[in-house]
Amino acid sequence: MLKINKSNLEKLFNAISEKQNLYIPCNVNGKTNYAVYGEGAQVDLETLKTVKSAKEVFFPQCEDIVSFKRNGKAVEVIDVRKESEDFTVFGVRACDLKSFEILDTVFLSEPVDTYYQTKREHGTVVTLACNYPEESCFCHTFGINASEPKGDVTCWFAGDFLYWQANTEKGLNLTKTVESLFEKATAKDEKEVETEKKEIEKRTEKLPLYDLTTEGWGKDSVLLEKFNSPLWQSLSEACLGCGACTFVCPTCQCYDIKDFDKGHGIQRYRCWDSCMYNDFTMMAHGTPRPTQMQRFRQRFMHKLVYYPKNNEGTFGCVGCGRCVEKCPIHMNITKVMKAFGGKKND
Amino acid sequence: MQVENGQFKPTIVAFCCNWCSYAGADLAGTGRMQYPAEVKIIRVPCSCRVNPMFILRAFQRGADGVILCGCHPGDCHYTTGNYYARRRMTMLFDFLDYLGIEKERTRVEWVSAAEGARFASVMNDFVKKVTELGPNKRITDLRCKPEKEGE
Amino acid sequence: MQKVVDIMKKRALQLLEQGTVNRVLGWKNGDFTYDQTPAVFNSKEEVNELVYNDFSAANLSKYLIAETKKEGKILAFLKPCDTYSFNQLIKEHRINRENVYVIGVECQGKVDVEKVRALGAKGVTGVEVDGETVTAHTLYGDKTFTKESVLMEKCLACKGKTHMAYDELIIVNPVEDKKNDRFKQVEELENMTPDERFAFWQGQLSKCIRCNACRNVCPACSCLKCVFDNPNSGVASKAVPDTFEEQLFHVIRAFHVAGRCTDCGECSRVCPQNIPLHLLNRKFIKDINKFYGEYQAGADTETRAPLTNFTKEDVEPSVISDKGGKA
Repeated sequence: MLKINKSNLEKLFNAISEKQNLYIPCNVNGKTNYAVYGEGAQVDLETLKTVKSAKEVFFPQCEDIVSFKRNGKAVEVIDVRKESEDFTVFGVRACDLKSFEILDTVFLSEPVDTYYQTKREHGTVVTLACNYPEESCFCHTFGINASEPKGDVTCWFAGDFLYWQANTEKGLNLTKTVESLFEKATAKDEKEVETEKKEIEKRTEKLPLYDLTTEGWGKDSVLLEKFNSPLWQSLSEACLGCGACTFVCPTCQCYDIKDFDKGHGIQRYRCWDSCMYNDFTMMAHGTPRPTQMQRFRQRFMHKLVYYPKNNEGTFGCVGCGRCVEKCPIHMNITKVMKAFGGKKND
Repeated sequence: MQVENGQFKPTIVAFCCNWCSYAGADLAGTGRMQYPAEVKIIRVPCSCRVNPMFILRAFQRGADGVILCGCHPGDCHYTTGNYYARRRMTMLFDFLDYLGIEKERTRVEWVSAAEGARFASVMNDFVKKVTELGPNKRITDLRCKPEKEGE
Repeated sequence: MQKVVDIMKKRALQLLEQGTVNRVLGWKNGDFTYDQTPAVFNSKEEVNELVYNDFSAANLSKYLIAETKKEGKILAFLKPCDTYSFNQLIKEHRINRENVYVIGVECQGKVDVEKVRALGAKGVTGVEVDGETVTAHTLYGDKTFTKESVLMEKCLACKGKTHMAYDELIIVNPVEDKKNDRFKQVEELENMTPDERFAFWQGQLSKCIRCNACRNVCPACSCLKCVFDNPNSGVASKAVPDTFEEQLFHVIRAFHVAGRCTDCGECSRVCPQNIPLHLLNRKFIKDINKFYGEYQAGADTETRAPLTNFTKEDVEPSVISDKGGKA
């Protein structure tokens, strides 16, 4: 384990960004999101939840996939894919890290999504433990430990230092390039990190959503019972049908493919889509989910039933709590789980 | 935007109402009055047919200036169309200015069917103003840029 | 506040019992004090869940579009600013007035938990408001603020505590209207150079994630099918390929609600990226007042909206291009 004084963090970021792009939570115009580190960047490692999650680094909101050009009567197809350059994303929390695994099962199983794959292969993930979890956090519900995220490198803040622990080959390679800035952590230091981890676990136990459980979800046998429940009607009644929850969600992976007429060619791109929108999966015959109740149900059934059913019990939610904070009408997955009785000692 | 011999030539979109201004443009033509070739005319049934989206679309696709021409107030073929257009465009143009988009890029002029000379002078003046302003960079879509400058 | 809620519940139960209404539209509590959800209560038992306090910020009038099309009459609790939207929707024939019984409820201004968080309260599990003092209970200790400092953006520009429409009123603690200049921020922007303004809006609008929360919450955006929902229009929602789409979306949306926007401030409240969207709509309101005379959308149900009206003496659009200031 290595350590660096907090006051030297800027040097560390400069050193990393000299060689490659460094994505890091930055405050831009009052809100914190992942951005490329550069001169004048206001790095914000205090905010636990960036508005958009870290998935944007691997799966951008909008991405060109192919373009077309007409030459006389022939149509030229231009592959706009590029091999991604090496980059580092710093400050990923345990929940967002877990979301990468979920995205991997979607994008890296056959047929492999090469746009995603190249970014995933070239990205080094540096995670950061959450010293002070917030009231909307419930990652522990999905078995995630906020005090010990893995990733290529794990970092902890304790005392005046940032502690750095490489976990993978990618992580070791990154460490080599910046090693000179670090000191070696002593046994005493390591103990301090251990103490901080224990503290984090204690804080987690006091969280208001600590007793939320996934009991009753995720099984094939409950599918029809949940699907046909009359509860959906009242839960979804105030839903505005906006995409705020979906676009801040680290695990939502649906996208739409669209063509844009540039005037001198066609740009085909993909962009995030939301199952809450009334034109989601619109087909020639119309939409398969004509009411907001059905769309609302789809979002939660997908995360809590369909996804775990198809992926050996892994839930499609990581408990980051972004939707808890951002929903304009404050209806969210925790309320849905509770409404169906997903609470211990109830 | 076009560049000819290193000189900036603006692209101007002129929405002209069918009954007055388009006829005015015709008259300018038959009267052999000169106005710049940068002006691309789009004929609309009435000035109030022009939706704010049309104006933004024109800018998106490379216009450096957009001008809307209609019958003089009181002379609308549909009696009141241009009165509505007048309010809408006043609102829209001030709003674009509020967003920091140069207010000289947008204009409304009333040109009757008998005013060929006025049409030509309005266009000459507008093209001159927009040329001085330079290319539109603020409300344009990067994807719509020609792949090579001057193409 | 507790007293008000008690009266509200009592009246709701009475009206349900008498059969005047068969449903009640109000707010329901969440896990914390500040995460309320608009809700329809269908029975006397359910009415017990009704809450109303300094966090009942959501404007309920838009829900009445769908609710008043249903069988029977609904009781709706509306705050003063909600009644403007209500009137405006009646003017546009979106709400069926016969099917709604409106009780106007008092409002002392709502508290924005986002502001509480921004002032350094992390892990807020509850907020208590006592007069002008706001206490945030957090996982890591309590913090106090003045109410003024955490007041919702829309309440800083309150249009007044008078209800524009109601069948009855529940006001226990009357408050006086505080003078405020809601166009001050617009003026500040107007006084900038175009370059500064452009930089400001570019910075703000580039945060947009196209979640459409502003549109979907807006009581003026009541179209069944929005122009941005049309896949053939070339302006379909969702895409954020570059800044132009955001400019286009927000310009067109602001224009479509111009003259109909009551300045209820919901758009800014729900924006996940805190874009000051109300400043777009307020510019239109200010311009309408300046060019076509004072007009407040939703103040009545009869007058014609300024952009569907004209006079022969209207100003020419050249007042814009010819006005002073450098380009």
